[in-house]
Amino acid sequence: MEYDIILAGVGGQGVLSMAAIISMGAMEDGLHVRQSEVHGMAQRGGAVLAHLRLSSRPISSDLIPRGRAGMILSLEPLESLRYLSYLSPGGGIVVTSKNPVKNITVYPDLEKLYDTIRDLEQSKLIDAEGEARKAGTVRAANMVMVGAASGCLPVKPSDLEKAIAGLFKSKGKDLVDVNIEAFRMGQRS
Amino acid sequence: MSNMVLLGDEALAIGAVHAGISAAFAYPGTPSTEITEYLIEYSKKHGAPIASWSSNEKTAYEEALGVSFVGKRVLVSMKHVGLNVAADPFMNSALLDIKGGLVLAVADDPGMHSSQDEQDSRYYADFARIICLEPVNQQQAYDMTREAFDLSEGFHIPVMIRLTTRLAHSRAVVSVSEPRQENPMEKTDNPRAWMLLPGYARKRWADLLSRQKDFLSYTEKTDHNELNLNDSNRELGVITTGLGHNYFMENFGDFREKPSYLHIGAYPVPVEKVRALVSHVKKLVILEEGYPFVERYLRGYLPPPIPVLGKETGEVPPSGELNPDNVRKALGLPEREQAEGAAVELPGRPPQLCAGCPHADTYFSLNEALAGYDRSIVTADIGCYALGALPPYEAIETIVCMGASVSMAKGSAQAGYEHVVAVIGDSTFLHSGITPLVDAVAGDIPMTVLIVDNETVAMTGGQETILPSSKLEPLVRGIGVDLDHIRTILPLKKHFDENVKIIREEVEYPGVSVIIALRECVETAKRKRRS
Repeated sequence: MEYDIILAGVGGQGVLSMAAIISMGAMEDGLHVRQSEVHGMAQRGGAVLAHLRLSSRPISSDLIPRGRAGMILSLEPLESLRYLSYLSPGGGIVVTSKNPVKNITVYPDLEKLYDTIRDLEQSKLIDAEGEARKAGTVRAANMVMVGAASGCLPVKPSDLEKAIAGLFKSKGKDLVDVNIEAFRMGQRS
Repeated sequence: MSNMVLLGDEALAIGAVHAGISAAFAYPGTPSTEITEYLIEYSKKHGAPIASWSSNEKTAYEEALGVSFVGKRVLVSMKHVGLNVAADPFMNSALLDIKGGLVLAVADDPGMHSSQDEQDSRYYADFARIICLEPVNQQQAYDMTREAFDLSEGFHIPVMIRLTTRLAHSRAVVSVSEPRQENPMEKTDNPRAWMLLPGYARKRWADLLSRQKDFLSYTEKTDHNELNLNDSNRELGVITTGLGHNYFMENFGDFREKPSYLHIGAYPVPVEKVRALVSHVKKLVILEEGYPFVERYLRGYLPPPIPVLGKETGEVPPSGELNPDNVRKALGLPEREQAEGAAVELPGRPPQLCAGCPHADTYFSLNEALAGYDRSIVTADIGCYALGALPPYEAIETIVCMGASVSMAKGSAQAGYEHVVAVIGDSTFLHSGITPLVDAVAGDIPMTVLIVDNETVAMTGGQETILPSSKLEPLVRGIGVDLDHIRTILPLKKHFDENVKIIREEVEYPGVSVIIALRECVETAKRKRRS
């Protein structure tokens, strides 16, 4: 089994926490994991891309070859379309938040973006911020997205929840509960 | 044995701890920062080793030499361009009689994710005539770091570990082994080998040259240089270095006939192994993450005995990073099918100053202050404030290297250009801005240094500046800048008019003036509130 995921978003949105949760959950499931991150200048409000590779065999490359990713998981609709060349033709899915980050002067027409995403072979558009707000905090939007992706991931949802609990443990039980709730909202959406 | 999930940087750090280091020094720089961040956290928890930031890479390296001088093991880390700053102690340290293991971890940034150039540190290891190890994964980063200390003590030289961005910033499971104890305190018994007087240094240099054959015999033997000859395929041979190995392996399964290959993970280059591969095949592809270091040596000036394909001939892109796709192409394998691109135009999203960033307010005031002049120059430096080059600020004109804002401003002003302002961050000023300010004061040069003090090393993730902000003003005063022309401004929208006025006054002043724009980084403030 090999499953490659491109994680996308804007610097500061929590792309790396999303990657960390899926990684931890996958390791709990006994999979090999490689997770390539972006640090430094590139994180300052710019486009952020992380490569996450899960496999039942050892993995050589930290980077995903183009045409191989099973999923693009994005926290931002424009960013979800930036890396389509990584997606496996006939089999890859784009799972993205529909909430835009408009920190650039010319942002494309949002409805047009949504239409483009809906026109892809397989896609899921999620109101991550809306669901996160219902769970308790808009900052858990990334956990909503992990939940929304979980149905396609080769990782048991219970292991993802365990990873969420582990990541937020030091910040108190309330935050653990909110993030797990956000994850479950994502699963249902 | 136990397992940990670690970044390449972190694997290297814990490898150093388990090798028994007593101390670690560094200046933050992407992609090397997480090595020392990990060690500082580790040290807080366990009480050892000493782990701290230094003013710059040169002081860090020299501090490390001091630790080695008393027989202890020490790690010094930096980014590739940081080694330019530390090049003086680094080059000379190859001549010393190292007994307390000294390992230099240097992280290169091919593709320039967060750097001004993509120089390849293997040239420095070669320049100093020392051993360099280059891991390809997190496990090797751990294992090689442990081994590097043994090599340093065995061969009495500093040893370099070279990382590149993708390994530094990628996570995987690492299995760690039993830690080794620290060395006992024992000052060198060979002080002549630490005093590089010409007479002594000549002997040390001859000695280093005479030991090159020992280094080579190590790299010919070590498993890090893996030669794999396929007797049923005499056509294609591949040499890989660094992450080129991983991308080669990613594509390896798609060869019907497996090529023979040599992976080089330890330098000096194992010449016999290279010869063995070349004599086995009819064509050679060289895949290196970084400059064509092995390739250029291998080509030399004379025509190669077989065709050699690489960065020099264009089959491999000569700049930027390798990846599974450009390596696949260089290997002559058919391109993989990809999903179609988006049917809408996607505007780029470059990095930018954060919402509420103090630098933004400083730049708006600076632009307004200089708007009335026909002639003005704004030199800038390395840090978040370099993003002032982009719209809507477009406030700066030069970004070269740490500290160059101040020295270049001095040069331009001395050449006779008017209204010259140097923009430099607090940490960059302490790294390399003080000495050129001394030059400016000594020459009584009409220029203004604008220290954008956000009380942190922001670009690399908010490390503590080596001195607190309260020390900046007395420092500048101590250098000899006139007290009346050391001004502090608070970069906030509501102070815009006042700040414009102050900047203009100091730009008009025909001598050295310093303005400190003081307001904490919004990201650092946020982090402090959360913790």
